Amino acid sequence: MSFLKLGAASALAMLVAGGALAKTDIVVAMQLEPPHLDPTSAAAGAIDSVLYSNVFEGLTRFGPDGSVNPGLAKSWDISDDGLTYTFHLNEGVTFHDGTAMDAEDVKFSLDRARAEDSANAQKALFSAIADVEVVDPATVKVMLSEPNGNFLFNMAWGDAVIVAPESIENIKQMPVGTGAFKFTNWVQGDNITLEKNGDYWGTPAKLDEVTFKFISDPTAAFAAVMAEDVDVFTGFPAPENLPQFEADPRFQVIVGNTEGETILSINNKMPPLDNVKVRKAIAHAIDRQAIIDGAMFGLGTPIGTHFAPHNPDYVDLTGNSAYDPEMSKALLAEAGFPDGFKTTLKLPPPSYARRGGEIIAAQLRAVGIETEITNLEWAQWLEQVFRGKDYGLTIVSHTEPFDIGIYARPDYYFQYDNKAFQDLIAELNKTTDPAMRTDMLHKAQTIISEDYVNGYLFQLATATVAKAGVTGLWKDAPTQATDLTAVYWAE
Amino acid sequence: MSLTEESLARAALRSRNLMLGAALTLIFAGAALISFLWVPYDITQLDIANKIKGPSGAHPLGTDHFGRDILSMIMVGARTSIAVALVAVGIGMGLGVPLGLAAAAKTGSLLDEVIMRGNDLVFAFPSLLIAIMITAVFGASALNAIIAIGIFNIPVFARLVRGAALSLWTRDYVLAARVSGKGAARISVEHILPNVTNLLIVQGTIQFSLGILAEAGLSYVGLGAQPPLPSWGRMLADSQTMISFAPHMALFPGLAILLTVLGLNLMGDGLRDLLDPRLRRGAR
Repeated sequence: MSFLKLGAASALAMLVAGGALAKTDIVVAMQLEPPHLDPTSAAAGAIDSVLYSNVFEGLTRFGPDGSVNPGLAKSWDISDDGLTYTFHLNEGVTFHDGTAMDAEDVKFSLDRARAEDSANAQKALFSAIADVEVVDPATVKVMLSEPNGNFLFNMAWGDAVIVAPESIENIKQMPVGTGAFKFTNWVQGDNITLEKNGDYWGTPAKLDEVTFKFISDPTAAFAAVMAEDVDVFTGFPAPENLPQFEADPRFQVIVGNTEGETILSINNKMPPLDNVKVRKAIAHAIDRQAIIDGAMFGLGTPIGTHFAPHNPDYVDLTGNSAYDPEMSKALLAEAGFPDGFKTTLKLPPPSYARRGGEIIAAQLRAVGIETEITNLEWAQWLEQVFRGKDYGLTIVSHTEPFDIGIYARPDYYFQYDNKAFQDLIAELNKTTDPAMRTDMLHKAQTIISEDYVNGYLFQLATATVAKAGVTGLWKDAPTQATDLTAVYWAE
Repeated sequence: MSLTEESLARAALRSRNLMLGAALTLIFAGAALISFLWVPYDITQLDIANKIKGPSGAHPLGTDHFGRDILSMIMVGARTSIAVALVAVGIGMGLGVPLGLAAAAKTGSLLDEVIMRGNDLVFAFPSLLIAIMITAVFGASALNAIIAIGIFNIPVFARLVRGAALSLWTRDYVLAARVSGKGAARISVEHILPNVTNLLIVQGTIQFSLGILAEAGLSYVGLGAQPPLPSWGRMLADSQTMISFAPHMALFPGLAILLTVLGLNLMGDGLRDLLDPRLRRGAR
């Protein structure tokens, strides 16, 4: 009896406590608004920032530390030759429109993504797939044309989420997934709201309602957080304001790693930048720490190659491009430019680029390289730099995880064309043995570092500013996501 | 002119507005000129270790987010502002005055209609918006900012000159000149133009201050002078996320814009009081 009483009392206590922290809605702000809501047909990271894991799920999913965990597939078997993956799906999973999620939907999603006319922004993720076969509603077999050490990792990407043929038509306006939240409304230019999915197959979300607000201006972002108009700001755009939030007991500041290698991209086909000595001179003219301090107010880790320092396979190659203006001048003279040269520096909007650009321009000027700075909006940058390749230098953060493979694409915007490197990456993709992969990754990082393909600056950090009680947010950003499935308000 | 130069100078010295305005204008024009020869610190050299320091003995107005000396930035920035505004006023006068004279000389003609309706067209657009459009289309640079601001100065001067010239054309001395066989162009240059100079000086001063404001506005939104060329407007834009902990970064460029524009407006007012015949008292 007394046992029961105790139980009742503690239940009551929990209820009371629960009443005090009954807040089950949250307003999450971010800078960029998604152009539409289909993660499987656009490169825009903003789509995944809202929908990944919240609304859409894949066979596998990224954990907060970047690990690949079971998602809609509860387990899988890999054949000995590494060519057949048999996924066992969770049962009783339904889409938000009530239709069942089964092997047919997986086949539909994968076939759609890898189709000839697919609009998927990351088709390379699916290029190894030879065939997808439905064994039974809860089992799907994926046959690869060659072994792929990254396959489970690839399936965790936001571009590989499972969608349904029933709801695919209106997915851009009305996304229907299997996640712990379902989409309710989108007020374009202002916010997107989600609500808790009561029929969720896994651990239900702790929040009932989520509002994503889009605030692009850094000053407005600061004001919105200070006025407590938003509960969380992910990817807070003004690092200079973080100390103020840290000092304020109302807020917590969470600084974590991202997959963003921030680099001074060099147009490898444009003379004189096609000369490796010139590129080496640029690399040695750059003082990374000054850029991290001046543009990011100390947030960021110096890198010497295109690889994330928190990855176990990272090699520290910053020594290859240590700050040495004298050496830089000597290299320029050797390359036939004793008086330097003139080139363009085109900068997209983020402050790492705009501020970093001014600092780099000053550092390059010190060794004789004059840069003409042009500030561009994202659309112009994509048009002129990324697609048009009309630039000498630019600064951008490559936020995709594990993207060293872009150096094997000679048509990629920095136009690096090295057969040896391309062969190495092709070999890497076929290799599944972890030790050999590590070895190859070390080699790949060293090649691009010693070829001075780009100026490697720093690994972008991400700062999340949240109200003091918000718990369960991701610290790092292993992929573009704002996973709110485990977030709740604590006292 | 019945007003002698001596009495004009005395009247000028008596006008407090004029003196205060001229003093402020001279300070900033002087700062810009001095910056060609000397600045306290080289602003192309960044000094990240000394960023965002408040005013001190070494840096009287503090340093910015790259550790540059704000006094030096304001001095060199004055150059940008003054150059943009001056050339823009030059464009406005250079094209607007001949157009206004021509329209007045052939009043009622097709030429007059074309010129004045063209002016109306330019006037009909909000000037800063069109300036933003021009710089957005042709690229952001100090040169495009000059052109954009200059275009909007043309109708201002054209209307002013036409209006004043129309009444001058009815004067007896113009009639005398016509009788003596002078052509319309010659009369415009020899008889009309000298009599609208006072108006042009006053309007030029006002347009100059508007030009400085417009340049600051365009630079603020990133469409004016591009880095590393310093500009007061961009200094303000750069400082806005830091205003809560480094107010000096916004305060000093803001004051520079305020005081320059105030100075030019006071000077313009003072000059009008002094030179406008309708406001001249007891001088005739």
